[in-house]
Amino acid sequence: MPDTTNTREAILHRIRTANADAPSSDYALIERAYQQSASMDRAEILKTFADRLHEYDAHVTEATQQTVPAAIAEVLRRNHQHSAIVADGFPPSSLPEGVHWQQESELNTAEGAISGCEVAIAHTGTIIIKGSRRITLLPERLLCVVYASQVVETVPEAFARLQPLAAEPLTFISGPSATADIEMTRIRGVHGPRFLDVILLQD
Amino acid sequence: MSIRVGQAAEAPPFQKAALPLLDDTQLRKNVRHATNVITRKRAAVVGEQHDWQQLRASASAIKEHTLRHLDRYLEQFEKNCTAAGGHVHWAADADEANRIILDLIQQQGGKEIIKVKTMTSDEISLNPALEAAGIHPHETDLADMIIQLGRDKPSHIVVPALHKNRQQVREIFMREMGLNELGDRPEDLTTAARNYLREKFLRVKIGFSGANYLIAETGGVCVVESEGNGRMCLTLPETLITIAGIEKVIPTFRDLEVFLQLLPRSATGERMNPYNSLWTGVHKGEGPQNFHVILLDNGRTRILSDQESRQTLRCIRCGACQNACPVYRQTSGLAYGSIYAGPIGAILTPQLFDMQHAQTLPYASSLCGACYEVCPVKINIPEVLIHLRGRVVREQQSSANLEAIGMKVMSRIFSSRRTFESAQRLGRLGQWPFVSEGWVKHLPGMLGNWTEVRDLRPMPAQTFRTWWKNRQKQKLKLEDSPGTQVSQKPGLKENHHA
Repeated sequence: MPDTTNTREAILHRIRTANADAPSSDYALIERAYQQSASMDRAEILKTFADRLHEYDAHVTEATQQTVPAAIAEVLRRNHQHSAIVADGFPPSSLPEGVHWQQESELNTAEGAISGCEVAIAHTGTIIIKGSRRITLLPERLLCVVYASQVVETVPEAFARLQPLAAEPLTFISGPSATADIEMTRIRGVHGPRFLDVILLQD
Repeated sequence: MSIRVGQAAEAPPFQKAALPLLDDTQLRKNVRHATNVITRKRAAVVGEQHDWQQLRASASAIKEHTLRHLDRYLEQFEKNCTAAGGHVHWAADADEANRIILDLIQQQGGKEIIKVKTMTSDEISLNPALEAAGIHPHETDLADMIIQLGRDKPSHIVVPALHKNRQQVREIFMREMGLNELGDRPEDLTTAARNYLREKFLRVKIGFSGANYLIAETGGVCVVESEGNGRMCLTLPETLITIAGIEKVIPTFRDLEVFLQLLPRSATGERMNPYNSLWTGVHKGEGPQNFHVILLDNGRTRILSDQESRQTLRCIRCGACQNACPVYRQTSGLAYGSIYAGPIGAILTPQLFDMQHAQTLPYASSLCGACYEVCPVKINIPEVLIHLRGRVVREQQSSANLEAIGMKVMSRIFSSRRTFESAQRLGRLGQWPFVSEGWVKHLPGMLGNWTEVRDLRPMPAQTFRTWWKNRQKQKLKLEDSPGTQVSQKPGLKENHHA
């Protein structure tokens, strides 16, 4: 390994020399006049969230705490899935019976994954998941259960809620994996899941 | 120190490189289509974001603040990343970065790596350096893969293969993946890429990435992508090596709320790109257990010391300026000879070289300002272009070239009425060999460049000033003989030059 200690000092020295004339500025005083709080009511926020997901070709189902196992079973049936892998920490009481729940060792052959989320953003149709990075990536399908109370309108509101998790592994998911690298034609499903199902839970 | 920006030091001048590209109608058609689509999509999602200007203002203020306190934020990032189990390395230039990366790979006994799209690795020419050492880098971004398999050069920051159409991609894939059959629908090509890479994602033990943001507050890294190849490389390997220019650091986690709203809308015209990955050092049982970050200078600290053009370092590599630029849209990125093409490339590339190479790039612009208008971090690219043109001219002035001598002579002539008028008289006498049918169509020597695309009126028989002088004389004479009137307007047919 080359000794980069001197390089470190040299780079920092060059930065300090370049910034010798810099007036000290206070980070806290940076102006943030952009929208930071919600402007819509709850119903509009949830509708926007669902609309954005539809635009990303995601499938959205509504359910309640009581009907969530049935809703999951319905999504699996529609997708012709007989098995799925479930993210750590997902409540077992929400899972339907009669499905083969796979282990992480079976990941590469899993038909789909089921996961909850931390926060979701209506404005951009984004779902933020903590951890579970492999299982929400490798299977063809991802089913994500989102509580209505987890949905915020704006990106800044989501970051305010995520602050305690700032140093955790986080994945922001906005629709299925996609590319537009060939003639700018949007194609779903390159390496990540090709299909995204969302169950929106009224709580 | 040896600054490298891909192969830009050896590239031909912009004007020369652009000519054959302008004749490539297929390439121009592909570029026009791609830039039109992104421009249209961007305009729609920027238009609906009512606080766009406020976001731009905050983004540029955050970047400006960070750059002026860059030492503090880099040290903070280093401390927090290290505390979270990561290893931070510093590289002064491309060679040092490549050496560090090579050592890290060889320590693991690696023969292959899987790469997420990173412009910075192209800047330091990492792939040739690895190949020379017998290590195979697999590009996993679809466009980068098209470039790598086609032995081509990237032409755009965000969509590097936008100059290729589906038939051209199909040909490359069939040849390089050894396929007998392959459709040319984008779906077919994408599926081919998925199948080709899946095995590599699961097998190769070392991942390599760039970084969109380094977060000083947490020591975390954020990578923004669409396909999921990034997530594969960031999650599945045992070792992850990330390279980032020192200007990629932002103070806090919360600052992402600004940049993650600006970047996707500017880059691909999406409200949010499909995947953003954030990680901080090493997470137990989750992702690579051996994580290294290389902080690269490679000319950046020198840009930081230039007051007028320091703003170049705010760039978040969205490519919006490229799509908006009327020059880029005609020539494609290939004319710039640098992996950083278009307006941002025209200011970044020569500055990284301290203006020692790529001196024609600041001239690859009409200064129309479209780039500034779309820039999410408000880099005043036209202002920097003019500043850099000034640096090029001043450097040329100090050397004894023909243009510099010519300019000195001109400045002498224009500085006194007498020399100016004698030069006019000389010009009238000397111009006759070049005048045909009332136009000057060809001038000799360096002036020929000017008349190559323009015709010039010859100097008139008399200048406005001589005409005025004679008229005054005549008027005095006529005033002596009353009853006659003087025409108030000079004859329209005459062509007067002051």
